[in-house]
Amino acid sequence: MTPLHLSHFTATSCLGRGWPAMLESLRAQRGGLAPCQFETVQLDTWIGEAPCVDAERLPAALQQFDCRNNRLAQIGLEADGFSEAVAASASRWGRRRIGVFLGTSTAGILQTELAYRRRDPATGALPPDFHYAGTHNSFSVADFVRRKLQIEGPAVVVCSACSSSAKVFGSASRMIEAGLIDAAVVGGVDSLCLTTLYGFHSLQLTSSGPCRPFDIARDGISISEAAAFALLERMPDSTDADAVVLLGTGESSDAYHMSSPQPQGLGARAAMLAALQAAALQPQQIDYINLHGTGTQSNDSAESQAVCGIFGADTPCSSTKGATGHALGAAGALEAVICALALQDALLPAGVNTQRIDPALTVRYLLHNASAPLRYVLSNSFGFGGTNCALVLGRPG
Amino acid sequence: MTLVAYVQGIGLSGPALNGWEESRDILAGKVSFVPQPTVVPIPAGLPPAERRRMGAVVKLALSVGLQACAQARVEPANLPAVFTSSGGDGPNCHEICQALATSDRQLSPTRFHNSVHNAAAGYWSIATGAKTPSNALCAHDASFTAGLLEAMTQVVIEHTTVLLVAYDAQYPQPLFDKRPIPDAFGAAFVLSPHATSGAIARLHLTIRTAPSDQVADAGLERLRRTIPAARSLPLLCQLARRASALVRLDYLDDQTLAVDVQPCV
Repeated sequence: MTPLHLSHFTATSCLGRGWPAMLESLRAQRGGLAPCQFETVQLDTWIGEAPCVDAERLPAALQQFDCRNNRLAQIGLEADGFSEAVAASASRWGRRRIGVFLGTSTAGILQTELAYRRRDPATGALPPDFHYAGTHNSFSVADFVRRKLQIEGPAVVVCSACSSSAKVFGSASRMIEAGLIDAAVVGGVDSLCLTTLYGFHSLQLTSSGPCRPFDIARDGISISEAAAFALLERMPDSTDADAVVLLGTGESSDAYHMSSPQPQGLGARAAMLAALQAAALQPQQIDYINLHGTGTQSNDSAESQAVCGIFGADTPCSSTKGATGHALGAAGALEAVICALALQDALLPAGVNTQRIDPALTVRYLLHNASAPLRYVLSNSFGFGGTNCALVLGRPG
Repeated sequence: MTLVAYVQGIGLSGPALNGWEESRDILAGKVSFVPQPTVVPIPAGLPPAERRRMGAVVKLALSVGLQACAQARVEPANLPAVFTSSGGDGPNCHEICQALATSDRQLSPTRFHNSVHNAAAGYWSIATGAKTPSNALCAHDASFTAGLLEAMTQVVIEHTTVLLVAYDAQYPQPLFDKRPIPDAFGAAFVLSPHATSGAIARLHLTIRTAPSDQVADAGLERLRRTIPAARSLPLLCQLARRASALVRLDYLDDQTLAVDVQPCV
């Protein structure tokens, strides 16, 4: 594919608002997970809650979008000068020449869950203040973001579970390549809700403590939330030394099971190979892999086999979900931002919480931060339904 | 870059619309449209266990996808697929919200994994063995046009034949009152970068600021206005008429996707 410039990016998660807070946590190998005290949830698990989402207020004109997911989206857009960067881009390219491609798994479903507790006792009706299109519908987050940013190009939500906000990079880059747009706001926003907490619990996939990806004693995921955005633009004539570039995206399907990965990681392997091919890179050129690394037995085992099959056992890898938790539909974009920071900061972030690497998982898993100049990095995102996506990011050549 | 693709096959299921071939005279205006509740077809060739687990809207999506592939004479496993839907599996969502509003909050694992918007894409991949990329999109009322744009972009940029499946179905109460989609509707298109024998029409797509087309028949127009996936009807009607025309489909805000339809043969 034609490389695209990540001209601006931002991330908000349980590690704080904006990327500097996240980078500081990663440098300190500090995680943001805590025992679950979300809403009325009574589950023995740890989660990653973004700070002060409930206190956020949407503008009066956008009240129909008011829900936790869009509050988190707004916090994300206002961090790191992201909105201003999009405004500058809009004045350069035109409002209709910037698209919005966002991933989410549950959008504002929490609003519906809460509304179901307030049904009219006589008729069963949902309360009048419940706005389906602005909160429940998966598109609500993209609709909100394009109104908030006042951009009018093509917009869509990719809602493919935990690969959602990685796959948006593919859709956006194709539309830029086709000449439909010159720039794209890509990203992911997913927020805590009861559906995912109780749902993953029903599958016995939630960890009782902070998740420990690739640990021999790993016992599941720590659900979290995040808003992460990047502004993708055509490559400028010259870039500065810190520039980060999207070089390749690769996608595949498992054709195996709705909630378990193909055990040998064949789907993951196909996505990584497709991303390498799109980037025209050989496996040995990848300096760091940000694993999907959820901390479930089956994911980490399948992913390890897929990674070792392509890269061998020497390429440094880690899952940053020990620090951020699993932000589900926002995980792909969150980890793309982590990869961008890793490239700029020459940082190979360790997987936190993990104590003893499972000897059956033979990737070179980092338990301590390392520092080394990075040229190319790869990030994995896999989801329910057997949907896989890998991204290759790098520094311009 | 010009967004051009050839329609190789079509699948259709909706109120009184039971298959593409069976519906062509209605869509072309030769036979009057008499609304009847959608009969959701049972997708062919699925293992019974999978069929039991999937919701009606997923069966609808798989059925129209398989119809389109059969007409195009392409192997479903070889195609990248774009699934697009405004609401996905409404009854499943209702059951989850209802369970979470009770004190015990127990969800069944199957119900939870069926709640993902990409359930249709996942079951499609399992049923057909497709290891190709698939997408699961949503753009509320613009879900069909957003899917068409994504699929045509893939055709042109990746030089590949792509399956597009648009589907929607009604929510049960109380969500129905908030999102009154009256019935199920699914439409699928096999879109290819080159005309092969049996190609139905050439599509050339542009984004414009212009009013969208309505459908002449009042009953079909009602479907177009109330079911997001039925926003494909102006295109389906034109394809059924086998005549050239510019079809304008509702997209976002005041924008439309203008599709120049040129029949093949």
